[in-house]
Amino acid sequence: MDMSRATFEKGPAVSQDKTIKMASKDVTVHYGQKQALNGISLDIKERQVTALIGPSGCGKSTYLRCLNRMNDTIDTAKVDGKILLDGENIYDPDLDVVELRARVGMVFQKPNPFPKSIWENVAYGPKIHGLAKNKDQLEEIVHTSLKRAGLYKEVKDRLDEPGTGLSGGQQQRLCIARAIAVSPEVILMDEPCSALDPIATATVEELIDELKQNFTIVIVTHSMQQAARVSQVTAMFHLGDLAEVGATEKMFSNPDDKRTQDYITGRFG
Amino acid sequence: MTDATANDISDRSEATRGRRDIGIKRRYAAERRFKAYGMIAIGLGIAFLFILLWSVVSKGYTAFWQTEIRVPITFSEEVIGTAEEGAANQSKLMMANYPQLARDGLIQLLEIDPENSEAVSAANGLVSQGVRMELRDMVLNDLQVIGTTEDVWLYASSDLDSALKGSYDLSVEESRRPISDLQLEFIERLEEMGALEQNFNWGLFTFGASSRAETAGVGVAIIGSAYMMLIVLALALPIGVAASIYLEEFAPKNRFTDLIEVNINNLAAVPSIVFGILGLAVFINWFGLPRSAALVGGLVLTLMTLPTIIIATRAALRAVPPSIRWAALGLGASKTQTVFQHVLPLAAPGILTGTIIGLAQALGETAPLLLIGMVAFVADYPETPLDAATALPVQIYMWANEAERAFQERTSGAIMILLGFLALMNLTAIFLRRRFERRW
Ligand SMILES: Nc1ncnc2c1ncn2[C@@H]1O[C@H](COP(=O)(O)OP(=O)(O)OP(=O)(O)O)[C@@H](O)[C@H]1O
Ligand SMILES: [Mg+2]
Repeated sequence: MDMSRATFEKGPAVSQDKTIKMASKDVTVHYGQKQALNGISLDIKERQVTALIGPSGCGKSTYLRCLNRMNDTIDTAKVDGKILLDGENIYDPDLDVVELRARVGMVFQKPNPFPKSIWENVAYGPKIHGLAKNKDQLEEIVHTSLKRAGLYKEVKDRLDEPGTGLSGGQQQRLCIARAIAVSPEVILMDEPCSALDPIATATVEELIDELKQNFTIVIVTHSMQQAARVSQVTAMFHLGDLAEVGATEKMFSNPDDKRTQDYITGRFG
Repeated sequence: MTDATANDISDRSEATRGRRDIGIKRRYAAERRFKAYGMIAIGLGIAFLFILLWSVVSKGYTAFWQTEIRVPITFSEEVIGTAEEGAANQSKLMMANYPQLARDGLIQLLEIDPENSEAVSAANGLVSQGVRMELRDMVLNDLQVIGTTEDVWLYASSDLDSALKGSYDLSVEESRRPISDLQLEFIERLEEMGALEQNFNWGLFTFGASSRAETAGVGVAIIGSAYMMLIVLALALPIGVAASIYLEEFAPKNRFTDLIEVNINNLAAVPSIVFGILGLAVFINWFGLPRSAALVGGLVLTLMTLPTIIIATRAALRAVPPSIRWAALGLGASKTQTVFQHVLPLAAPGILTGTIIGLAQALGETAPLLLIGMVAFVADYPETPLDAATALPVQIYMWANEAERAFQERTSGAIMILLGFLALMNLTAIFLRRRFERRW
């Protein structure tokens, strides 16, 4: 694969005028007695890709799961601090978690399509949220989602075949189609390419680049190259702390923090 | 120092190359031994299964055949009264001496002197006393038969049946066997006349309890068992699945739910007779439900089956990969939607298998039913689950206590029927598994 592909040239630099989509203020997470995040304050700007990098176990996934409250499903997890979505605290008891997750979608590390047909996989979200008034509209949503995920051409003749029968890369794009079918505002991706080969990875990366026109994207990745290729802002985590955050271009050429320097030059992680 | 060590290593590896002992032989030997143990165990299992089946089938297959005698029956007005009388007075028709018709017919067929009481009673011992019902039903169905003569196939007595099936040792002294020389002579004559026939014993499937083997069947027991299975299915499946879903998906994990879990696992190991005592105390003595009723039996078996279903269901739910739950929750499905639309369908094959295995256990259960009085002598079909009923295994237990040869073969026959139902249920379980199992 071409590693040097349009890394820094592509995509506009971080523009200051982008509005803040999600803001976290002093977020700490405990798993039982163990503290996994020590007060993270990070702003996520609208319609751009924010990459979270850092060595294994530093809390990237934990932070990502805070953003759509998937940590609620872990019995031992306890989240403190404030996370705002368009200025509203998502941990506010008035805010419904179901509604939140319809606005903040998630794509997981391992592709996890439902063991149902491709069509049903994509249609499920719109159905439960009542996004389509009739069958035609639903059909329309399914087709556009698959098109936007770059999967439509490959699967248009076999929409009623099981989603689990697709290749790994196709499955991951199906999961992305499933996530965008509910028209979320933010899409969280936790190492979406770690189970994919370089070609499938390239396809998904192109897709992410396109999706940022309409969605705010937060992506966790272990690949520096990937962070450099797809993101505009990079946040470096280290042992539960936010070591540094800044424009991707700057982070990879001239980081301020020693830990970031060491990490991106491969001295640890 | 370092040089020396390096030399050491290379020396040793050179010296031992190709004949280094890393225990390969030992490992293969262990593997072969283990395989042999496995084969022996499986062989023993199959052998015992075969012996069991062979002993049951060899003793029981004759139960599916029943000897009948063709006897010319004269529906004489002297014995049962005229058609007009019968129409006017049903009870007279009901009480008439039908066995006499059979006896007269047989005497005529075998050309016996009616004054020879020894011969008459010997002949009479060849037909079943169950002819009372058979002939009465003929008359009640059609009063026109009164006064006519007709060839009727009558059930032979169990002694004739057993003698014909070779169950008696005929070489012993006459007084020591249940069938006399005279009767044997009659049997021979009947055979020559072509008046004896062995037919498929439908009665075994349709009759209820009876003191005469030839009119005893498992019909009532099958209905009783069917009622109980329906009750168990209708109660244990929804309660068990609901309890499992709550415990597995919704309940907080704390001391209390741990305690419940331990208790459910213990409950699965409680001897079934204890459930019978519980049923007697709670359902019969306290709730005042009738004894011997299929309803009570069903409730007791439900209690017994619940832990099995709960354990199987929880295992099936736990086997659904968490990534499926995350996928649904991440899309904004509520917890209930996630469970019912994604987790439960994937767990369904496991739940069904567990349920059917639980039902099969319940079908074969005897001890608790004895305690709640389902061991009663029930000749009539139970119309509702509140009527007195009995169950297949209980019927087997009761027949096994009878001394007569004919009951012994029926015991084995009934065991075959029970095993047939169990095999059917297990096949259904396998079929459902295959049908609904999905890969993910
Ligand atoms: N469910 C959990 N229960 C207890 N501890 C957890 C749980 N999930 C994560 N942790 C702990 O929290 C810390 C952060 O984990 P997290 O998964 O967020 O790391 P990560 O940065 O995503 O690592 P990786 O790059 O390996 O995915 C780790 O020390 C981990 O052991
Ligand atoms: Mg992670």
